[in-house]
Amino acid sequence: MKKTSQEGKLNIDGTVYRTRLSRKFIKRAPFSPSDPFLLTSIIPGTILDIMVKPGQTVVKGEALMILEAMKMQNVLKSPAGGTVRMIAVKKGDRVGKGSPLLRIG
Amino acid sequence: MALSSKIREFHEKREKLLLGGGEQTVEKQKAMGKRTARERISALLDEGSFTEYDLFVKHVAHDFDMGDKSLPGDGVITGTGTIDGSPVAVFAQDFTVAGGSLGLMHSRKITKIMDHALKMRMPLIGINDSGGARIQEGVNSLAGYGEIFFRNTLSSGVIPQISVILGPCAGGAVYSPALTDFVFVVDNISKMFITGPEVIKTVLGEEISMEDLGGARVHSEISGNAHFFAGSEEECFAQIKKLIGFIPRNNTEKAGVLTSAEPLTAHEIDGIVPDDPTLPYDVRDVIKAVADNSDFFEVMENFAGSIVIGFGRIEGRTAGFVANQPLEMAGVLDVDSSDKAARFIRFCDAFNIPVITFVDIPGYLPGADQEHAGLIRHGAKILYSYSEATVPKITVILRKAYGGGYIAMGSRHLRADFVFAWPAAEIAVMGPEGAANIIFRKEIMSSADPEETRRQKIEEYRKKFANPYVAASRGYIDAVIEPSETRKFIAHSLKVSENKEIQLPPKKHGLPPF
Repeated sequence: MKKTSQEGKLNIDGTVYRTRLSRKFIKRAPFSPSDPFLLTSIIPGTILDIMVKPGQTVVKGEALMILEAMKMQNVLKSPAGGTVRMIAVKKGDRVGKGSPLLRIG
Repeated sequence: MALSSKIREFHEKREKLLLGGGEQTVEKQKAMGKRTARERISALLDEGSFTEYDLFVKHVAHDFDMGDKSLPGDGVITGTGTIDGSPVAVFAQDFTVAGGSLGLMHSRKITKIMDHALKMRMPLIGINDSGGARIQEGVNSLAGYGEIFFRNTLSSGVIPQISVILGPCAGGAVYSPALTDFVFVVDNISKMFITGPEVIKTVLGEEISMEDLGGARVHSEISGNAHFFAGSEEECFAQIKKLIGFIPRNNTEKAGVLTSAEPLTAHEIDGIVPDDPTLPYDVRDVIKAVADNSDFFEVMENFAGSIVIGFGRIEGRTAGFVANQPLEMAGVLDVDSSDKAARFIRFCDAFNIPVITFVDIPGYLPGADQEHAGLIRHGAKILYSYSEATVPKITVILRKAYGGGYIAMGSRHLRADFVFAWPAAEIAVMGPEGAANIIFRKEIMSSADPEETRRQKIEEYRKKFANPYVAASRGYIDAVIEPSETRKFIAHSLKVSENKEIQLPPKKHGLPPF
């Protein structure tokens, strides 16, 4: 079986080691803090309904849209109170996991 | 006359059943590059040793017009035989009969042979090649799987259990292999997954091929579900036979002893490990330089490469080797390597195989991904396994043994029986660079030439602590030895610990962090 790792360097506690780096390590996703004002898709699915319009004021926990995934209708609630600044999807759109859906300002 | 006609009738019946699904389905099986279940059993066992049971078993399904259908052997062949003279119980699912689907009687044949294996204390080898549950048999089929999983669990740690994936093994069926000790896969033939590409496409909209989802390479390299990867069925059977040669038949016995054979590469041992602790080398060369015949049988070769595990022999006796691998990811412990080593140590402990540990570890892998993946609980498994193991435990520190890595890798503190260190060993709380930066932070920062001061302080720390003698002065290591003495010291340790006996505190069972 061919090796998929590649030559590289790794810093452990201030010491730099010459070694091969695994594919898993190279492909690891860098951490990004979650945006408390951005609603994202928790699971791939289809947008069944959008209950709000841009400019509308919403409170935290208010139902914003319905995402159908695995035959379940998930009510997506507002992550924060504020004004709907942007809606990135429309009814019937298929979205992937983690797709941005709506921003509160 | 009457007798001979009965015998003739028997021969006819048997001949028919031995054909399995018949010529056409056999041809299909071959077209997929697969052998038939019977060919597999003959390839695996000693010639002529296979004794089959339950050939005449019939399925009991009546619904969906199943009543009229004949399914020879109900899609699975079961029996006992020998490998190099040692008894084993075997089942092989026959894909040519109803796609090897598992119905009630199919499962009863498997559980019968599993019961034999457990009560007669011999290894169980299951060859999986099945489309999954026989849908027509409904909940009976589910009951069948459950009965198998239950027996896998009861047998765990009593007899070695080996799963060979030579075709599809999907849905609930995967959990029997997952509960066994070693899973063998073959390139382009093995397919394992809980939910297949079709379901994934329907519910998640993701397209993925069977091979990319659960092929042999995926399970050998990414998921860690498989322990041995082979390019062909033939190679796979050779691997199984080799494994059987290394392990005992059950948990009350020790593995067979062969004649001692000097390692072929013993003379190379002094030159393998570079003095500079930041430079890589292949730790398998060290194992080969001490193992009989330089024969090292690696387990999970392509998964979590920063740790190496596998079997070898010292003076004819089987030993399990665990070694940090500086060649890959600097030899760190991470989520996968901790899990890999921990499970292997527990196998060795369950089956009376001494554990020999070679240490050269810089520490744990830093990263949000590692922390979030549970490095704490996965890392704890390795501590648990070493601490719990009552087999002889011999540890040799080759070079670095820093911090938590020092503790985890079979240290004295986890009740290793013998700990040796090579003269270049650095047993310390961390590497000199990191330690000097912390301890001498003020001096370095206030210095007119911080870089020069840092260099001096690192050197100072290295001289004082980056050696084996501080640990030796406390008795944490038993001897400082030359690399060329390693085999001699290990062999002696194994000899004197042969009758080692310690008891763990009485308990129903421990709670390892899984």
